[in-house]
Amino acid sequence: MPSTPRRLLLILLRDCALLLGGARGRGGATLPLLFFLAVAMLYPFGVGPDARLLARTGAGVIWIAALLAAILPLDRLIEPDVEAGLFDQWALRGLAEEAVVLVRIVAHWISFGLPLMLATPIAAALLGIAGDAVWRLELGLLIGTPGLAAIGVMIAALTAGLRAGAALGGLLLIPLAVPLLIFGAGSLQPGGESGLLLLGAASLVALALAPFAGGAAIRAGRD
Amino acid sequence: MMQPASLVADDLACRRGDRVLLHGVGFALAAGDALHLAGPNGIGKSSLLRILAGLARPWAGQVRAAGAIGLLDERLPLDAHRPLGAALRFWRALDGAADSAAAFGLEDLGDVPVRYLSTGQRKRAGLACLAASGAAIWLLDEPLNGLDPQWAGVAQAAIEAHRAAGGIAVIASHQPLALDRLAVLALAGHVPVAGAD
Repeated sequence: MPSTPRRLLLILLRDCALLLGGARGRGGATLPLLFFLAVAMLYPFGVGPDARLLARTGAGVIWIAALLAAILPLDRLIEPDVEAGLFDQWALRGLAEEAVVLVRIVAHWISFGLPLMLATPIAAALLGIAGDAVWRLELGLLIGTPGLAAIGVMIAALTAGLRAGAALGGLLLIPLAVPLLIFGAGSLQPGGESGLLLLGAASLVALALAPFAGGAAIRAGRD
Repeated sequence: MMQPASLVADDLACRRGDRVLLHGVGFALAAGDALHLAGPNGIGKSSLLRILAGLARPWAGQVRAAGAIGLLDERLPLDAHRPLGAALRFWRALDGAADSAAAFGLEDLGDVPVRYLSTGQRKRAGLACLAASGAAIWLLDEPLNGLDPQWAGVAQAAIEAHRAAGGIAVIASHQPLALDRLAVLALAGHVPVAGAD
């Protein structure tokens, strides 16, 4: 029998294949990515082509777009595996729900956080953000999106099995993600460098809590 | 290879809402034993299997198990969109097991997405997963549902082989089972909880 880290690695590979896997998987990473770019593209149409206004407000728009894109895959993160009994089978094999949820957070970040960071230079160009600000934006996303992924997986576990769980999940994610939004967007304001530290703190808190809350939610859902 | 397996249930009770589905259920199974859970629909056979697996808490009583537990219920733990071969490979790699697909006639279905499988093929895939898991205690919920006589015979032969290797099988089924030395536990009707309503 393979060791526990090796089994968790196998689950991670399977989760990544499933979450990234386009139409053959569960919708894949493309839809949140297109949604993210669509918001960045629509915003200049809404507020007009004033380059200074766009550059000043663009970072906030990118963070809002990232937050909304994180809502899209929520109902596919945990629910189908609970339905199909995979979490029961993992529990019977002695794998803790917390470990499986942590693996799911990593897979979710790879399928949603990484593509978002790759698309950010395009979004930044559409919003007239240039130079150093793009790098600071990317650094903020690198620190903040793991926290966003953790909150998303935790809420997906809490709402798995509920009717209208997807809509409820979106509503629940927004207040929990507000600290990430404030510090992430704030870090790009003049003199907002310390925002990155607070963003890192908020992200770490979400990452530390989410596996335990998500694991407990999956166990509670069995009764 | 397998440790001596045992499964003991002490005075189990299971409650759903304001009804006690089962009460006073007790048995002791040792390596090589098989138990047939019989009883009408809704009596709590599936709930009992989940309690035995440790996935649900009994309302009263306790379960003691020695040996890994494998559960086969109406859900198939395979990704619906993946080809059957890849989906089975995932569990085989996780369990470090040998290929069991051929034993259940699945070797020609490797390229077929799991969601296109028929009821009987799904059941056979579930059995292949369970057989490869290396679990000593098999909990089977209606394992013969949807299987034609040929594959029902194969499934029962697999259960017998598992018992011969020192395993235990608990089977909830409405179908008659042709197993050697099969104990039958007939589950009786529910009682209302005193003071409920």
